[in-house]
Amino acid sequence: MDSLIAPFLNGTADGALLLIAALGLALTFGQMGVINMAHGEFLLAGAVCAFWTQQVVASTDVSILVALPVAFVVAGLLGLVLEATILQWMYDRPLDTLLATVGVSLALQQIFLQNYPSGVPVEKPSLLDGQIDVLGYAWPLRQVFTIVLAVACLAALGALLKYSSFGRRIRATVQNRALAETLGVATRSVDRMTFFIGSGLAGIGGVAASLIGGTNSQMGTRYIILAFLVVVAGGLGQLRGTVIAAWTVGVVTAYLADWTTGSLAQVITFVLVVVFLQVRPNGLFTVRTRGLA
Amino acid sequence: MRNHTTIRRRAFAAASVLVFTLTTAACGGAKATDDDDKPAAKPAESCVDVSGDTVKLGFVNSLTGAMAISEKTVSSVLGMAAEEINASGGIMGKKIEPVQEDGATDWPTFAEKTEKLLTDDCVAAVFGGWTSSSRKAMKPVVEKHNGLLFYPVQYEGLEASKNIYYTGATTNQQILPAMEFLKAEGVKTLFLAGSDYVFPRTANAIIKLYAAELGIEIVGEEYVPLDKDDWTTQVSKIVKAKPDFIFNTINGSSNVGFVKAYTDAGLKAETTPIISVSIAEEEAPNMGASVEGQYAAWNYFQSVESPANEKFIKDWVAYDGPSDVTSDPMEAAYISLYLYKAMVEKAGSFDVDKINEAADGVSFDAPEGKVVIDGENHHISKPGLIGKINADNQFDVVWSSDAPIEPDPFLKGYDWFPESTRDALVKAAG
Repeated sequence: MDSLIAPFLNGTADGALLLIAALGLALTFGQMGVINMAHGEFLLAGAVCAFWTQQVVASTDVSILVALPVAFVVAGLLGLVLEATILQWMYDRPLDTLLATVGVSLALQQIFLQNYPSGVPVEKPSLLDGQIDVLGYAWPLRQVFTIVLAVACLAALGALLKYSSFGRRIRATVQNRALAETLGVATRSVDRMTFFIGSGLAGIGGVAASLIGGTNSQMGTRYIILAFLVVVAGGLGQLRGTVIAAWTVGVVTAYLADWTTGSLAQVITFVLVVVFLQVRPNGLFTVRTRGLA
Repeated sequence: MRNHTTIRRRAFAAASVLVFTLTTAACGGAKATDDDDKPAAKPAESCVDVSGDTVKLGFVNSLTGAMAISEKTVSSVLGMAAEEINASGGIMGKKIEPVQEDGATDWPTFAEKTEKLLTDDCVAAVFGGWTSSSRKAMKPVVEKHNGLLFYPVQYEGLEASKNIYYTGATTNQQILPAMEFLKAEGVKTLFLAGSDYVFPRTANAIIKLYAAELGIEIVGEEYVPLDKDDWTTQVSKIVKAKPDFIFNTINGSSNVGFVKAYTDAGLKAETTPIISVSIAEEEAPNMGASVEGQYAAWNYFQSVESPANEKFIKDWVAYDGPSDVTSDPMEAAYISLYLYKAMVEKAGSFDVDKINEAADGVSFDAPEGKVVIDGENHHISKPGLIGKINADNQFDVVWSSDAPIEPDPFLKGYDWFPESTRDALVKAAG
């Protein structure tokens, strides 16, 4: 039994982390149409925050909780700076945002390499040292933590978009910027705030990712491609598809890795997503708008 | 007014292009240069000039990129050895003038920098490299120009070049002793975990053959790409297989992911210990979780007791290096410079062919003990050591070979290693 349950639970946890990384992209790419390749480095910034707080706060359990809001704000601010300095002039040119942010991404990686004590990882919090028994499989608490975090991020973002007036302004701006402006929505400040939240989510993803492995300059790159694929496969402009796509990719990769090898699983997953996009180029769900497309 | 569907469609097209570019770039980066592997018909005339009172030596180490953590230390210790040698009169009275180049964790860069050192800077020898991929990239270059490369890291063996000296361990000096140790411990079942590239794949092919010979059952074998840290799925397979021991050939920061997943899953050194070939004194405190009680196979530990090691540690602590601990690859780099000096002085010349003629039997009282160069395969004899990590992240030696082990890179002295497998592995390793 545990041969079937283990990949399912592992994959769900992997999918949860992917979801946190992809949620931010769903906002900045899915809603705003900005291709931010530096999103992965915002995730890296989150991991660095987890490391910093661990240097300041002695208890690993407390430090990880402190790291979450710190990482959100730091990554969010990085996003704000990027938006204000580069992206705001490129909202009509997605391909240019791609090139510009790849440059930013490389620059951030180099800054990291120059300043981070190389090879020093984030210590695992002692609270997450245990496992819980699920049908005979000792499920690591670290994975449970990742899933809880992902659900919390999703719920908070979903509620914000759906119920708050700020969320309504975001949706209005996305659906029809000109009309929103004529109705008195300050679309520029909506852009900035959306970008702040989207980037901040990457920071939280970084904290969760720092618990899995080492903290290194390639960390963001590892997640960014899959996160983009997840957002595209889920369908742009809404969260439901992103959730399903992230979870599916996580679980399918885990089963494939269980049946074949880790390397092969990665390849097959990529192929499957690409094939899926051939069949459904617009992803799982598409939002119908009244835009004069 | 904006047209959002178009923007999205364009955004999607852009993302596809990008994914493709990144993937190709990533794959390209890992490939060694396909320079002509055949030896050049006639090597270029050497431009090395030692008529003055200095001799130029080239150091190629990754000072940037993912491997910088390990290779910066090697670069530092090479610098320290050069200063020491200069302080005691240099090589044949000539002071060493080091020329440092950055390999940047990029294998083609290693080849380019080596070429530059040999042809532009006209260095008498090159020291450096860490990953097997970097060595394989430099090999055709030193062979083409009939230069010399000193490579200081343990590797998968099955290689010998008249232009390379290997001062780290080959398979029969690290991996085979580790297996003998496991046999002595009464290990019945073994799980193999490695990074997905040439060293772990070759090492595990050899481990499987030797395990069959020793009566140890391999109950699983898992690989994860070097650039991926998540070991969760693979570790849950280890939990299921319940092996007596895990043989770890993972490299770099992927080790952190492995150790974290291992502790996540509740595995412990008392019940499912790990023996590693790439976790040394520098890495042990930086695994993100405790590795106390785990094992490692090397040929040198900081804890080795010898007058030469005492001096080495004292000098290193006094030297302005990136850390205060010493480790096996550092020591191998340190001794490579001293061995070069001894070889040159025996040959009475900086000429590569004369050095090669004089190489056999050249020895040095290294921190690990006395090492001797084998003139045939250009490797050195080394003691095989197994250490157990203690609470201070130092290694207590729990097993050692009776005497220094003679290097046998092609495992010709082991009849369980069939000729056909050797040929296949040499071919696969390119």
